[in-house]
Amino acid sequence: MPEIALTQAPAHLRHGSNIGQPLTRRDGILKVTGAARYAADNHPPGMLYAVLAVSSIARGRVTFLDVPAAKAHPCVVEVMTPANKPRLAQDPDAKTNPFMFRLDLLQNDHVRYANQPIAVVIARTLEAATEGAVLLSPRYETEPSRIGLDASESFIPSGVGVGNPAEMHRGDVAAGLEQASRRIEATYETVAQYHNAMEPHAIVAAWDGDTLSIDTPSQGLAMAQGRVAGLFGIPPEKIHIRSPFLGGGFGSKGFIAGPQVLGIMAARLVGRPVKLVLRREQMFGPVGHRAPTRQTLRLGTDRDGALMAIDHHTKTASSTFDDFFEPASDASHTLYASPAIATSHEAVRIDTGTPLFMRAPGEATGSIALESAIDEMAHACGMDPLAFRLKNYAEVEPISGKPFSSKALRDCYAQGAEHFGWARRTLAPRQMRDQAGLLVGWGVGTATFPAIMFQAQARAVIRNDGTGVMEIGAHDMGQGAWTALAQIAADGLGLDIDQVEFRSGTSDLPDAGIAGGSSHTATAGMAIHAAGADVIAKLADLATGDGRSPLFGAANAGVIARDGRLFRRDDESRSESYAAILARAGRAQIEGRGSSATDPVSQSSYAMHAHGAVFAEVKVDPELGQIRVSRLVGAFAAGRVINPRLVRSQYYGGMIWGVSFALHEHAVMDPRSGRPMNPNLGEYHVPVNADVPSLEAILVDESDPYVNALGIKGVGEIGVTGTAGAVANAVWHATGTRVRQFPITLDRLIEPAR
Amino acid sequence: MSLSISLTVNGVAREVALDDPRVTLLDLLRERLDLTGTKKGCDRGQCGACTVLVDGRRINSCLALAVSYDGADVLTIEGLAQGDVLHPVQAAFIAHDGLQCGFCTPGQIMSAIGLIQEGQAGNDPERVREGMSGNLCRCGAYAGITDAVLDAQRSRTELDRKHAA
Amino acid sequence: MKTFDYVRPTTIPEAVAAASEPGAAYLAAGTNLLDLMKGGITGPSRLVDVTRLPGLDRIEHLAGGGVRIGALVRNADLAHDPDFAPRFPAVAEALLSGASAQLRNAATVGGNLLQRTRCAYFYDAASACNKRIPGAGCEARGGDTRLHAILGWSESCIATNPSDFCVPLAALDAVVEIEGKARPREVPLESFHRLPGETPEHESALEPGELIVAVRLPAEAAAFSAHARYLKVRERTSYAFAVVSAAAALRIEGDTIIEARIALGGVALKPWRARAAEAMLVGAGPDETAFRRAAEAALADAKPSGDNRFKIELARRIVTRALTLAAAGAPARLPALPASPFALLPGVLHA
Repeated sequence: MPEIALTQAPAHLRHGSNIGQPLTRRDGILKVTGAARYAADNHPPGMLYAVLAVSSIARGRVTFLDVPAAKAHPCVVEVMTPANKPRLAQDPDAKTNPFMFRLDLLQNDHVRYANQPIAVVIARTLEAATEGAVLLSPRYETEPSRIGLDASESFIPSGVGVGNPAEMHRGDVAAGLEQASRRIEATYETVAQYHNAMEPHAIVAAWDGDTLSIDTPSQGLAMAQGRVAGLFGIPPEKIHIRSPFLGGGFGSKGFIAGPQVLGIMAARLVGRPVKLVLRREQMFGPVGHRAPTRQTLRLGTDRDGALMAIDHHTKTASSTFDDFFEPASDASHTLYASPAIATSHEAVRIDTGTPLFMRAPGEATGSIALESAIDEMAHACGMDPLAFRLKNYAEVEPISGKPFSSKALRDCYAQGAEHFGWARRTLAPRQMRDQAGLLVGWGVGTATFPAIMFQAQARAVIRNDGTGVMEIGAHDMGQGAWTALAQIAADGLGLDIDQVEFRSGTSDLPDAGIAGGSSHTATAGMAIHAAGADVIAKLADLATGDGRSPLFGAANAGVIARDGRLFRRDDESRSESYAAILARAGRAQIEGRGSSATDPVSQSSYAMHAHGAVFAEVKVDPELGQIRVSRLVGAFAAGRVINPRLVRSQYYGGMIWGVSFALHEHAVMDPRSGRPMNPNLGEYHVPVNADVPSLEAILVDESDPYVNALGIKGVGEIGVTGTAGAVANAVWHATGTRVRQFPITLDRLIEPAR
Repeated sequence: MSLSISLTVNGVAREVALDDPRVTLLDLLRERLDLTGTKKGCDRGQCGACTVLVDGRRINSCLALAVSYDGADVLTIEGLAQGDVLHPVQAAFIAHDGLQCGFCTPGQIMSAIGLIQEGQAGNDPERVREGMSGNLCRCGAYAGITDAVLDAQRSRTELDRKHAA
Repeated sequence: MKTFDYVRPTTIPEAVAAASEPGAAYLAAGTNLLDLMKGGITGPSRLVDVTRLPGLDRIEHLAGGGVRIGALVRNADLAHDPDFAPRFPAVAEALLSGASAQLRNAATVGGNLLQRTRCAYFYDAASACNKRIPGAGCEARGGDTRLHAILGWSESCIATNPSDFCVPLAALDAVVEIEGKARPREVPLESFHRLPGETPEHESALEPGELIVAVRLPAEAAAFSAHARYLKVRERTSYAFAVVSAAAALRIEGDTIIEARIALGGVALKPWRARAAEAMLVGAGPDETAFRRAAEAALADAKPSGDNRFKIELARRIVTRALTLAAAGAPARLPALPASPFALLPGVLHA
C-alpha cells in the first residue's frame, strides 16, 4: 500500500492526533437546532404530496379501487394505479444479483403481503392525499394467507444471510452428542421484528427531463443510484441523491425500497416534484423486517463441562416471492470451542413482505438462542455461566479452525465481570432479592460480530491555503460517521480537523459502499485514509523533487505529514507547509484518490471478529411478573476506536436493542388475515428511557494488525448480540423459569406452564 | 367561523389562513410554515418526535388540531438558540452525546425543556427517565439524554440560586 | 381523515346545540379523537371545539373535603395540583402512570373518561368490529387475545377500557356531571361506562349532544387519603397501557379495616368495581390472608375471553398487592415511577 511505502511505519502512527479523540458530533449543532435537513424536510417549488394506499389483505388480488371518489376529493390531483403508472425500463421483479430485492411497484393487481402498496394518491395538500388514499376503498379477491413458521412446506435455502451456506459442519456432531456425558436440547422462538427507525422512509423526487433529483435516506447511495437507474432506464449520473442525514436506518434503508421508487414514479406521472412519506403503519410491510425463527440447539459436554458438540438448527421464513433467510444458526460458528459443530437452516415461504437485514441480522437472532442454550448447558453442568464460557473459550475460530486476527474476549469477560460484580452471583436461580423484595437475576452473554469490509473510494484535495477537502459518498444514520470519518480524514491529510472540509452524503461523491454490517467506518475510513496518503505522496513528490524546498532529496528517507506541514522523517527540523509547497509549484490544489477493499490474504488466513461480554441485572416482581433491566455492563473489544464518545453511544444503542429483543419487540400477526395488528409505536414496544436506567460500556483495548491498516473493526451491531441473551439468562436467574419464546413477556412468568 | 388563526411562533406573531380544518399543528409547522425542525415519527402521539411547547407546556403537536390552537404561543426547536448561542439544553445534548441519528432530538430537547419547567423531576435521575419516557429514541441515546437533562437542570438550579442570592 | 365542519362555541348551550346533530363530536385536546380520526376509526362530520367553554377548567375544592374537577382540566394539572394529590393520592398516581407527560399536559379529564378501547381489532379498520359497525362481528375472537377482557365481556365484544384515571375514580364513587339539551344530570362513574352486552357500540351513558362538564369526588373519598394506591402492570416500564391495574383504598382504625374500595383496570370494558371483595374486608385486619380472600372474590366471576387466562391470576395478585400497598400507606410524595411495581417501598414485598 502506498502509505506504507511512503513512511515505512504503520499507517495510523503517522499523522496527527485526531483519531482516538472523543470529539463531540460535528453535526451536533445542526441536529440540536432543528437545522439538520432530513429527506421529508425538503419542499421544492411546486411540490405535491403523495400518499400510499396499501393492501389490507396478505394474499390475493385488488379487484376495485374507487379512483373517481379519490379524485373528487378537493385538492387531489392524480391517482397512480397499475392502470396508469409510468412505464419502467426494467421489471421490478427481475433479479440479477442477490441484493436486488423485488419491489412492488404497481405492476399488476396482485397482493402478496399485507401493507403492500396498491395505489398512490397525489394531491396539493398532505391532508387531501391522505384522505384520497382512504377513499379508494379497495375491494379484493382474497386468498387464504399463509402466516407463521408452519404455514407451508419447508425447504433448505440455497444460501442464508449474505449467501452463506445453509448447512455447515465440522467434526461429527452425532458422535459428539452420543459420547457426551451431559446433553441439553432446547427450542427457542423469536418473532418478526420491524426496524422502525424514528424517521419513516421518505422521498422527495423531482424530474427535470431525464434528470432526477432525489432527497431520500440511504445507507447505500451508489446502490440506490444504480437501482433507480436500472428501473427508469437512465444513466446513473443523471440521478442525484442527497442523503445528508438518515433518521435511523438499521438495515431498512440499505436498499431503496418500493415506496421510495413509487415516489419517483409519482413525480414522473404528474410532472412535478413529489414528496412521499410512509405512515408509521406502512412501515410494517414493504420496507423489510427481521424474520421469525424457531431454533433448536443440542449441546453436549464431557464430564468437565467441555463442549463436545453444538448442533444449531434454524427454521425461518421468507416471502413468497423473494429470498432473504435469517442466518441465525451461524452464530454458533465462532463463539464456543467444540470439536463438532453443525449448523443448518430450513425455511418456509409465507405471505409477508420480504425480510431484510436488521441490526445484527442472524447474529442477534442466533445469539439469543445460543446464549440461552449455553446457559442451560452450564446449569446442567452445575457450573457458573461465565466459568462455563471461559472453559469453552475458542482460541481459534471453531468452524474454520483459523486463528483470530485479534481477540480480546478474555479481557472483556474479566473487565466486565469486575465492573459488574459478577463474583457475588449465586449459582442457583431465584436466590437473590433486593431491598423491596423484588427478584434479582444476573446473566451473561457473549457478544460477537464479524469484522467485514466492502469496497469504497475517496477523493482528497489539499488547497494552497493549507486546508484540505475529503470527499466520499458515505452515510450517517446516527453512528457519527460525519465525525469519525472526518477524524480519519484529518489524520490522513495531516491536518487539524478544523482545516478539513469533509463532504459526504450525496451520490455524486465517490462510492462509499453501504453503511451496513458494521463495516462503514472501516470501509469508508480506509478509502479516506488511502486518499489522504495518495495526496500526501503527491505533495511530497512536489517538495522532495524541488531544489528550493527544505525537503529536497528526502524521497528515500520519507516524510511525515502533520499539522499542515511535511517533515523529513529522519530530521524533523526540516519541514515545509502544504501552502508553501503548493504556492511555489504554482498549484491551486493537489488531488489524490484512494480506495479500500478487504485484503484477501488476511481474509483467508484469519478469522476476524469483534467480541464482547455483556452482564445484565434484571429485577422481576415475584408475583406480578413485570421485568426491568436494572443494570447492563458491556465490555467490548473492536480494534481501534476512532472516537470513544461515539463508540460508547453505539454500544449503548446496541445494548438497548438487545433489551428490546429479549423483552419487547413483537410484531403481532393476525393468524387469519396475515395483517400486523400492532403496526404502531404504542403497541409495538421498543424500550423507553425508563427501561434502561443503568448502562455501562467498557472499551477494551485491542490492537488488530490484520483487519485493515487502521485496525478498525465495527461497533454498530455487536451490542445487540450478547445483550439479548444476557437479559434472557438474567430473567431465568431471577425467577428460575426458563422462557424460550422471545420476547419474554410477563404472562410466561405468571403461568409458566401456559 | 373563519379558519384564520393567530399564532405566536418562536416569538413572532403570525396570522395563518387555513384552507382545511384537518391540519394538525405539526403539519402546519412543517408543511406550511417551513419549520421542519419538528419531526413526524408516528403522527399518533406514540413517539414524541413532534413535541413542541404550547403556552410553555410540552405537547405532541401531531395530535393538536391547528385551528383549535388559535391564539397559542408555540415554541419549536428553531426558536431556542439565541443567534449562535445554544440553549443550555441543546448544549448539554451535544456534550453528553444525547443523540445519534438526530431525528428524535428536537422532540427530546423540547420535552426536556418542558420537563425542567414543570419542576417535577429535579435532580432525580429516575424521575428524569420517567419524565422523558414519552420520547422514543430508536438509536438508544437514552443514557446521554438523561445525563444532558440532569446537567441542564443542575445549571438552571445554580443559576436560580445565583439570582436568588 | 374525513373532512369536517369546525365550530367553536363559547357557551355550553351553544355547544350542546351544535353537537346534537348526527355526526357531530366534541373536541377537547383531541389526543384520542384525532388518533381515531387519522386511523379512519371514527369520522365525525362536525367537530365542536369545547376548549373555550368558560368555567370548565377549574379544580374546586368543596366544603367538607370533596372536589369538583372541570371537564377541561388537563390530566397533568390535576395530578400536580398541590391540594388534590395529597387528598386523592391514588387518583394522582393513576393519572401520572398514564400515557406520557406530553399527552397528560394536553389530555383533559372529560376526554379521559371518553377514551376508547385499544383493542387492536377496533383500531384496525379492516377488521370486523361490533363497536365500529354494529352487527359486523368481532374479529378479536379467534385472533390475538392475550390482553383482552376477563370480566363483563360478551360474545359481541371482548375489549377493555384503557383508562387509568377512571379506575380509582370508580373505586372512590366519583360522579360525572353532564349537561345536555335536557336538565343537567349526574351519573356515577361506575355506571358511566357500559359493558358490551349485545350493543358494544353504546359505550357510555351519554346521550347524543350531552357534554361532560365535571367529575366530582365526594367528601367521603378523601377519607381514604392515608391508604390509597394505584398499581399498574405494564409490558414496558413507562408509556404503556395496563395489562391489568388496580386501585385500592382503605380506611383503617387500629388494626381493623372499616371500609375498603377496590377497582380493577384493563380487565373489562369499564373500570371494574369489586364490591363483594370490598365487603369482605370490612372488619378484617389489613393482612395478607384477608387481601388474598378479597382478591379471590374480586375475580370470582372472571373467565378468559381468549388466550388470556393468565390475566385472571395476575388480576388476583395485583389486587392483593394494591391492598398491601394501600395498607402500608400512601407515600408522602408520589414515587418516581408512578404505579409501577418498581416503585415499591423497601420491605413491602414479603413473598
